[in-house]
Amino acid sequence: MKQILEGSHAVAQIINNCQPAVISAYPITPQTHIVEDLERLKAEGRADFEYVRAESEFAAASIVLGASATGVRTYTATSSQGLLLMAEVLFNIAGMRLPVVLTCANRAVSAPISIWNDQQDAVTVRDSGWLQLYGETNQEVTDLHVLGFKLAESLQLPVMVNMDGFVLTHTYEPVEIPTSTMIKKYLPDYKPVKDNFLDINNPCSLGTFAPPDQYMEIRQELHDDVNNAKKEIISLSTEFKKIFSRNIGDNGLIESYKIKDANIILVAMGSVCGTIKEVIDSQRQKGKKVGLLKIISFRPFADQEVVTALAKAKQVAVIDKSISLGIEGILASEIKRLAYNKLKAKIQSFIVGLGGRDVSQKMIEQIISQVAGKDNNLKFINK
Amino acid sequence: MKKFKYILTAKPGTTSENKTGGWRAFRPEVDHEVCIGCDMCNKVCPEGICFPTGQKNSKGRVFYDRDLEYCKGCGLCAKECPVKAIKMIKDFK
Amino acid sequence: MKYKNPMPHLLNPGHTACPGCGQLIAARHVINTCGKNTIIANATGCLEVTTSKHPTSSWKVPWIHSLFENPAGVATGILTALKKKGLDKKVNVLAQGGDGSTFDIGMGLISGMWERQDNILYVCYDTEVYSNTGYQASGATPHTAFTRTSWPGAKSMGNDKFKKSMIEIALAHKVPYVASTTSGYPNDIIKKVKRALEFTGPKFIHILTPCIPGWGIKDDMAIELGKLAQKTGFFPVVEYENGELINSMKVPEKTPLVDEYLQHHVRFKHLFKDKKGKQEIKTLQEVCNKNIAKYNLK
Repeated sequence: MKQILEGSHAVAQIINNCQPAVISAYPITPQTHIVEDLERLKAEGRADFEYVRAESEFAAASIVLGASATGVRTYTATSSQGLLLMAEVLFNIAGMRLPVVLTCANRAVSAPISIWNDQQDAVTVRDSGWLQLYGETNQEVTDLHVLGFKLAESLQLPVMVNMDGFVLTHTYEPVEIPTSTMIKKYLPDYKPVKDNFLDINNPCSLGTFAPPDQYMEIRQELHDDVNNAKKEIISLSTEFKKIFSRNIGDNGLIESYKIKDANIILVAMGSVCGTIKEVIDSQRQKGKKVGLLKIISFRPFADQEVVTALAKAKQVAVIDKSISLGIEGILASEIKRLAYNKLKAKIQSFIVGLGGRDVSQKMIEQIISQVAGKDNNLKFINK
Repeated sequence: MKKFKYILTAKPGTTSENKTGGWRAFRPEVDHEVCIGCDMCNKVCPEGICFPTGQKNSKGRVFYDRDLEYCKGCGLCAKECPVKAIKMIKDFK
Repeated sequence: MKYKNPMPHLLNPGHTACPGCGQLIAARHVINTCGKNTIIANATGCLEVTTSKHPTSSWKVPWIHSLFENPAGVATGILTALKKKGLDKKVNVLAQGGDGSTFDIGMGLISGMWERQDNILYVCYDTEVYSNTGYQASGATPHTAFTRTSWPGAKSMGNDKFKKSMIEIALAHKVPYVASTTSGYPNDIIKKVKRALEFTGPKFIHILTPCIPGWGIKDDMAIELGKLAQKTGFFPVVEYENGELINSMKVPEKTPLVDEYLQHHVRFKHLFKDKKGKQEIKTLQEVCNKNIAKYNLK
């Protein structure tokens, strides 16, 4: 049954229904409602997890690392400065192959300090080994958490579910929250990998130091597993549809919106896709052949699916709510990497919405007309 | 369920395959007759390789000895033995 | 006659610690006393590096090393997971770190763990220097000690700061069991670990562990100097339960002067050179005298 819920409340409810054993988090705008809700559910006796109030994001991440290493399902949530503060632990969690799930309420990174939405925080840690999924709507974000737990636990890789801060966390939308009974049909109880967790009946040492003759192969296996997660995401999203009767994009990796005959394709992640879809609809009415390729899985990156989707386009405008300073939008670099020898389209990087600057339909229309031109330089769309 | 190609964890107690005895320049020699089995050498050894042998000397005391495969020759046992039953002798060429 | 070690300890030899290392002596007694139903969260440092070269490990209990500054947080996580599994009354959680992790970079997380009153034993192995990275000064380095970031020279007498008191910080957090001891007293270490485990809530044991290369002392001096540090009052050995000082190891009637302790260390050698050094030794003697008065050591 659908309820009208604030994004954060939806996340708190779905996390509770996924029945993690240990949650630890530190409040930071705009993730605060998620952690407040979880604490409240616990206080009202409506939750079974152990909740540890941490004194910083670094501590929260360390606590979930320790709990996950002891072989139980764990969860945390953060944003921006908090994500950067726990960056050291994020790399540690991925390197130790612990299936922690984290919600990142995407927010701009200081300095200058900004509490409003952009995606700089999560994309900055894209090399950490964490899988990164981006939701467009609160429903999609809810569903991605359920898929996220199953994905993490089957591959022993941590998963970050991203939702745009304020735009999704503080907005009321109709959401269907699967019950814990329904979720159990999809997500079994967590069974940690033998010899990879702390168990007094099977003692072993985690986090040993790897001399030069050992380190590379371990990292290579991590790399291969992140890459191969694509197959797992496709199969998990198919299974998701069977049980919950909802699609997560086309296949959990991407969603193509009116791209079949599109000359111009926009590429983006997150809630901005909602605005883009509106613009595409109105442009299509005027006869313009435009489409949207929405990226849901940023890590792993669905190389094949993206190349197929963009194969017939003449112009590709990649819209980033973040930037690799001095270079261009990060998503744009990813698309250009795939284009090498494979795509004929002109690919241009557009930066929008930094620090919470509202992304209007007019801005999207500007991008569509700009990408049709000759200029291929990076463009900041400020107004 | 993920099966790891490269195991990330270490099995318990496996440093015992690293015989550190090759580090030392001096080796402890225990005079079993003088040893009173007080356990002091066991308490002070950083490697934890001094142990009661289970055998008794002529005074009826269970004497101690050490596992020379690991002894690094620090000399703590010789220094701290209350009855000076241990001597450090040269052990290098 | 060749004798083979039956290896009953929970910390195996074959680790690569320096010969005579004070920290390994203490660590073995700590884990042996805690027993096999213990999970350890270890900080980065000498203890971790010498005992866990992949794919080997000296530890015979479940053990995890995460980062330099977070054994306290990791231990909290382990404890919480054990709670969920119903095992928290059956399994001890031990968090350990050197003085670098405890006094400096990891202080924030320790404070958080104590504020939550988590049932975890935290043991600090204090070498009074960042041993593992090559003997740089830490918050635990005593006044005037030579370290690689506090060189004595024409413009300096070594470390110009005074040792932080973790005992007082622990007491300020209302930690129910707070104790200090040294590698010089293995039986005291065993006794205090046993006593600590009888408490529910956080417990803190601060162990002075002589560092052979860091202090510039002979291989076989760890025990003697551990004792001398206590006997001079330089490192007071105390025991607090619920905020009350219930026990302190008394210094001998004829209390040895701090010079007797300092003379064995290369890190204090510069104090014996000239008048300025003599003045600093007087300052250190005052530190000892203050400790003796404050902790009822006479």
